[in-house]
Amino acid sequence: MRIACPHCGLRDLQEFTYLGDASPSRPDGLAATESAMFDYVYLRENPRGLLEELWFHNAGCRAWLAVCRDTLTHTIQSVVPANKRKKGAAA
Amino acid sequence: MSKQPLRLPNGGLVDRARTLSFRFDGKSYDGHAGDTLASALLANGVGLMGRSFKYHRPRGLLSAGPEEPNALVELRAGARREPNTRATMVELFQNLEATSQNRWPSLRFDVLSVNGLAGPALVAGFYYKTFMWPAAFWEKLYEPLIRRAAGLGRAAEFEDPDHYEKAFAFCDVLVIGAGPAGLSAALTAGRSGARVIICDEDFQLGGRLLAERREIDGRAAADWLATTLAELASLSEVRIMPRTSVYGLYDHGIYGAVERVSDHVAVPPPHQPRQRGWRIYAKRAVLAAGALERPIVFAGNDLPGVMLAGAVRAYVNRFAVLPGRKAVIFTSGDSGWATVRDLAEVGAHVAAVVDSRSEIKPEFKSLASRVGARVFAGSVVEATRGGRALRGITVRDASGKRTALACDILAVSNGWNPTLHLTSHQNGKPVWDEEIQAFVPGVLPPGLSVAGSAAGRFTLAEALQDGARLGREAASEAGFAMAAAQPAPTTDAEASELKPIWRVKGRKGKAFVDLQNDVTDKDVELAAREGFRSVEHLKRYTTLGMATDQGKTSNLSGLALMAEQTGKAICDTGTTTFRPPYTPVAIGALAGHHRGKDFRPVRLTPTHDWSREQGAVFLETGQWLRAQYYPKFTDKDWLSTVNREVLATRGGVGICDVSTLGKIDLQGTDAAEFLERVYINAWKTLPIGKARYGLMLREDGFVMDDGTTSRLGENHFLMTTTTINATKVMQHLEFCHQVLWPHLDVRMVSVSEQWAQVAVAGPRSREVLRGIVDAKHDISNEAFPYLAAREISVGGGIPARLFRISFSGELAYELAVPADYGQAMMRALMAAGQAFGITPYGLDAMSVMRIEKGHVIGSELNGQTTVRDLGLAKMMSSKKDFIGRLMAKREALVQSDRPTLVGFKPIDKGKSLSGGAHFVGIRRANKLENDEGYVTSVAYSPNLQHWIGLGFLKNGPARIGERIRAVDLVRNSEVEVEICSPVFFDHEGTRLHG
Ligand SMILES: [Zn+2]
Repeated sequence: MRIACPHCGLRDLQEFTYLGDASPSRPDGLAATESAMFDYVYLRENPRGLLEELWFHNAGCRAWLAVCRDTLTHTIQSVVPANKRKKGAAA
Repeated sequence: MSKQPLRLPNGGLVDRARTLSFRFDGKSYDGHAGDTLASALLANGVGLMGRSFKYHRPRGLLSAGPEEPNALVELRAGARREPNTRATMVELFQNLEATSQNRWPSLRFDVLSVNGLAGPALVAGFYYKTFMWPAAFWEKLYEPLIRRAAGLGRAAEFEDPDHYEKAFAFCDVLVIGAGPAGLSAALTAGRSGARVIICDEDFQLGGRLLAERREIDGRAAADWLATTLAELASLSEVRIMPRTSVYGLYDHGIYGAVERVSDHVAVPPPHQPRQRGWRIYAKRAVLAAGALERPIVFAGNDLPGVMLAGAVRAYVNRFAVLPGRKAVIFTSGDSGWATVRDLAEVGAHVAAVVDSRSEIKPEFKSLASRVGARVFAGSVVEATRGGRALRGITVRDASGKRTALACDILAVSNGWNPTLHLTSHQNGKPVWDEEIQAFVPGVLPPGLSVAGSAAGRFTLAEALQDGARLGREAASEAGFAMAAAQPAPTTDAEASELKPIWRVKGRKGKAFVDLQNDVTDKDVELAAREGFRSVEHLKRYTTLGMATDQGKTSNLSGLALMAEQTGKAICDTGTTTFRPPYTPVAIGALAGHHRGKDFRPVRLTPTHDWSREQGAVFLETGQWLRAQYYPKFTDKDWLSTVNREVLATRGGVGICDVSTLGKIDLQGTDAAEFLERVYINAWKTLPIGKARYGLMLREDGFVMDDGTTSRLGENHFLMTTTTINATKVMQHLEFCHQVLWPHLDVRMVSVSEQWAQVAVAGPRSREVLRGIVDAKHDISNEAFPYLAAREISVGGGIPARLFRISFSGELAYELAVPADYGQAMMRALMAAGQAFGITPYGLDAMSVMRIEKGHVIGSELNGQTTVRDLGLAKMMSSKKDFIGRLMAKREALVQSDRPTLVGFKPIDKGKSLSGGAHFVGIRRANKLENDEGYVTSVAYSPNLQHWIGLGFLKNGPARIGERIRAVDLVRNSEVEVEICSPVFFDHEGTRLHG
């Protein structure tokens, strides 16, 4: 696979580290409940088709990227820096 | 000197002026440049080349290409011995040495061919059924027997002396296969100026053009080939790669290829690799891999002399070898008839043509009468005769009448299967084409098009047309402007009708479907009877198609036979899927230079050379080489060195490189807030110029890493991590910032490699430092107390950072200078410390001292321990949120009987301890249910003069004073120990503040 890093261009998969589904949001703050945190840490959908995922360009610019990828075909629809993404881009 | 009795006097593409001698099974032969091992053996009349996998039946060549299931040899000898090498793919070289496989004691007389007589023992499902028998049967009787009897060649027993490379290439158009279609594609794409790479697994380019007598534009195809190759060579952006197999297609236009750089010479030339593994990034690709001819299943179809018709033409036309003197052709289509003409052309006697179709075209009839061949229409070959070589066949006509014919070569043709393997590597399912009775590529991977035979368009004219058109399209899609298309070259006429037959039912004798794995038609029937009707089950139950040839010549026959058994059509029975690699790839080509010491990079600390001068023994820790200990001639052994280093440090002063610790510089108005969120303890309260110990968790509540972090300014922190987690923590922090809290004003960068850092430890450390720290900096106990952390200068203005932190429990500092000053810093410290007996110490002494103080490292922060397990629960702030806060509270993580950090020491002070031992009660059995915890760190303490250890024990802190056993079943040791506090030395911590 190759990922088009917005900073570095089209780069080989070997330069990246995979994390997974980008959609869960961390329940921040002292008010967060244990069950919400449990869902955030452990529960993931495993969709067939488009999924917004987090990848880290560890051998490049060190940016965390939100990569919209088709899990069936590995087609990559969009890549944006994670700190600039709009949540739910894959939906 | 042998005389190559079956070599034709002229013709072919071998260089008769260059004779190469080689050895097969210890016997010497001659061949020519341009030969393969297969063609050279054939020229010498060697038809028997191996014994089969299960039944040890004699086997010869089936093919002339990559699909060869029979002629597998061990190539070369000694450390370069390579098993299961297809003789058809081995380019002949001077002094080549090859050995046949699966025979004992010799190829001609094989004792184990008796397996053929005891055949029923080895039918489909044999392995599975045998496993059902008592285990003892299997271990004692069957496995040893099968291991000796079956199996392929022997791997080399020594390390491979050659080296391999990995290489990367980028192109606009990749063309796979250099036959007529591929060459046409490369030519039209190349003319546009596109960067083209054309690969072919053969050493000679031309594909089937090399094997056939054909005409292009009214002239011999060889002329067109020569002109085309010359033009390609003249195009500067076209790269021609012979001896290169494209074995895999991966996502986003990435292709795996292996180039056999030196396989055609005995020993690679100096500085040349044996093979080169390529990763080719192509914008577009054209698959022009041709097609593989299909055999027919009939009794005795494995006898040496039964060969694919196209292979016969290749040996005759390309290699100028007559595979036999008296031939019979057995065909179900027009393509087999080309063999009649080509054999007759070189003077071979074609005794008969057996065509399974009842209608014979008039031009074929006249060809047969011209060459004097009998024609059996609507007939089949029912059986073969011969021991180690074909002597004759039995033909059965439509009425059931049998005719015996003598022959020494039977050329079989049953149509062709497109070499579509690469189209299937991305999950693409081939589809059945009723018209050509073959699977053709289905939905294609993005960026790939398929030309000619690989697409099921088998004629030469179609290959040339497809290639020219798809080469243009590919270059144009890659962004290159195209000139007007020129008409594709014309060819001589070619008949390609076909009505395949898959099997001839015979009365007796084995009829093979999969020659390499010895799977017969009976095996497929048995599998069907026993209910293994899905193609995937059929494969696994019978092992059909599961040999190293991946069923290139057997998959479709197997499918057709199963269709016959289940009364379904082939397309409803299943399909064939292929996974990379297309042909076997040596692990070496995938590993490249990444082997032995070069498997991964070695990182040296900034003080490495100095340590080496001091006589350090180095230890690999992760990628780092770190000084483990510094032996002196006067030291008795390793332990006495470590003891000396510990005692010298605790008694005076020692220095130790700690540069490998991860160092992360964090700056920004929210830096303190950020630390609050990633560490479990408080950071906003940390004064400027102070350091604090921090612990961070993973979000699931387990401990991730620890270290000291210093506040160098209001908005400036310097974090240290453990050596092993430096990269992981950096990635984690970037995640926390970029993904979780992008609004926080903080930036971070790793400065691990920018600073050389040394621990200066021991009661005299301050005095030593005084000698190198610039005088303007007051480092007295009052001005620079425990946990002070400041930017200073040393040696007259060299910027430095000084931290009063201690891993050893002594009065200690860590001093950091820019990495390039690392060696100078060590020398300056040694000079300044001479009067105090300064002693360099290594990792082992550091470890002893930290265990004496109960400080944890990676052995304790092992990913399974919580803050509570480490006895550090009090550090967790309840006033703020931080990573891992909620998950750390989970019931199972706070249970009181969780194994918790304790110290322990042997009751018998003379006994040593063992890391990895488990705690078991005094009179309990050594069983899992009695396991109460485990040992993580042990050391001999020269201060206490006995062994000490750290470990995790259920409900540990409540059991201080209890006796238990430390049992190590791996090293067979068992020591009675007393549980104690993890702090063994200086409980009050007074030395720290000295
Ligand atoms: Zn990048």
